Amino acid sequence: MDWMNAIIQGILLGGLYAMIAAGLSLIFGVMRLVNIAHGDLIILAAYLALTASMLLGLHPLLVLLLVVPMMALFGYVLQRGILNGTLTGDILPPLLVTFGLSVIIQNALLEAYSADPQKLDSGVLDTASMTMGGISIGILPLLMFAVAVAVIAGLQFIFYRTALGRAFRAVSDNQDIAQLMGLNRRHVFGLAMALSLAVVAVAGIFLGMRTSFDPSVGGGRLIFGFEAVIIGGLGNLWGTLVGGVILGVAQSIGGQINPGWQVLAGHVVFLLILAIKPRGLFPRMTD
Amino acid sequence: MADLMIKALDAHYGDFQALYGIDLSIAAGEVVAIIGSNGAGKSTLMRSLSGLMRNAPEQIVFKGESIGGLRADEVSKRGIALVPEGRQLFPSLSVEENLLIGTQVGREGAWTLARIYELFPILHERRNQASTSLSGGQQQMVAIGRALMSNPDLLLIDELSLGLAPVIIKSIYEALPDIISNGMSAVIVEQDITKALSVSSRFYCLQEGRVSLDGKPGERSREEISRAYFGV
Ligand SMILES: Nc1ncnc2c1ncn2[C@@H]1O[C@H](COP(=O)(O)OP(=O)(O)O)[C@@H](O)[C@H]1O
Ligand SMILES: [Mg+2]
Repeated sequence: MDWMNAIIQGILLGGLYAMIAAGLSLIFGVMRLVNIAHGDLIILAAYLALTASMLLGLHPLLVLLLVVPMMALFGYVLQRGILNGTLTGDILPPLLVTFGLSVIIQNALLEAYSADPQKLDSGVLDTASMTMGGISIGILPLLMFAVAVAVIAGLQFIFYRTALGRAFRAVSDNQDIAQLMGLNRRHVFGLAMALSLAVVAVAGIFLGMRTSFDPSVGGGRLIFGFEAVIIGGLGNLWGTLVGGVILGVAQSIGGQINPGWQVLAGHVVFLLILAIKPRGLFPRMTD
Repeated sequence: MADLMIKALDAHYGDFQALYGIDLSIAAGEVVAIIGSNGAGKSTLMRSLSGLMRNAPEQIVFKGESIGGLRADEVSKRGIALVPEGRQLFPSLSVEENLLIGTQVGREGAWTLARIYELFPILHERRNQASTSLSGGQQQMVAIGRALMSNPDLLLIDELSLGLAPVIIKSIYEALPDIISNGMSAVIVEQDITKALSVSSRFYCLQEGRVSLDGKPGERSREEISRAYFGV
């Protein structure tokens, strides 16, 4: 029963990793930018939610309605104000600038909130659970997983069924020709970053309700995000969800064997999959 | 109603100068051919006109507005569309999505998806296929359709027939009067001099980045044209 429980907890945790990963892979897919600050932006969103829910006395889930547009707007401004300038075709400038951004966000959060761990108070949701076949499943992890699936489905819809998604794919294919078709790539990149940070906001709030966080934990989330993307195969959103779930289950089983092995087990499974299938489990068919 | 003036246009790739003081004009509704051997600067001229290469604003004037300094997306919104050399379809987009992307320019007009499919029925059959699965000729039809979907006043076609099978070339040339209609102007870049001159009212011949000859097809002798073309 303990094992079954561990697997289910792992699957549900995988939803969070998939959300983290989806935002990361969206940006890489559209503009070939590896956003080193992605994890720190998640923590930033969690702190924003913390402040907003304290000031307004609202449940963290309601604060989503505020933090998602704020982060999206921040993403657009960040992209147009800073990141677009680094996209010269050279891989190094965006890495360096987003690394710098990561350091700045961490230090700003440290100044504003100190290094003390914080947690978003989700009230009764924190302990509410239901029992299925003798296994107790937390409502919050279940909700988190359902939201993750909805986010992935939403991104999939936007990418393949809307004019915005068409623009993302066209700019990703060929920036010059997309520009000929009336698409201003700087604007399209801004919209992609806005969407990515909207997903980051959702991930940040669920992360903050589930575990405690402090300004330094963003980097670790970034690694999990990378691993989920790569396990699933670059450019495949449902693959990313599977990647997140595999990572979550590996960590949770590892932790069941020995509490100290949780993170390690995730890394080991990631490396194994990378060794066997270097392009991930479900690589996109083109290129 | 297109009305294009190019004045003393230069273009550079780093230290290399590809165009030298090009003067060229196109009246509304006119079809102009640009001929010239490989490396003469035809594509560079198309890139400048479409905004992919930036110039001094006043070097290109379109419908009374100086557009030489505008980005390609801004140029497209003013009614200039380019069918680029080598088709350059978006590989991640289906045939229909490649056509629909042309509407992103946001210009309303006579060209709709339905009309493109009427012009090239084969594209309707293949509308859900990956654009990479099409033959070269079908890809050229998509590239033309994609440009038309932006309802341009001036259509630029870089290498209309290069690399296509003769039977396809014939059918594309037959469709040309339908493609260039409703008072639209066009610039056709073509290596096949005879074909180019048969559909245009005027031509410019480029040689090493300069206009070596221009005029009406009937006014110039074969010898004159081939001298301007090959530079011998
Ligand atoms: N991206 C580039 N970088 C440097 N030189 C280029 C580039 N593109 C074209 N050229 C040079 O500019 C000249 C004109 O090229 P182009 O306009 O493509 O000629 P055409 O289309 O008439 O064959 C050629 O000498 C070519 O080598
Ligand atoms: Mg050329």
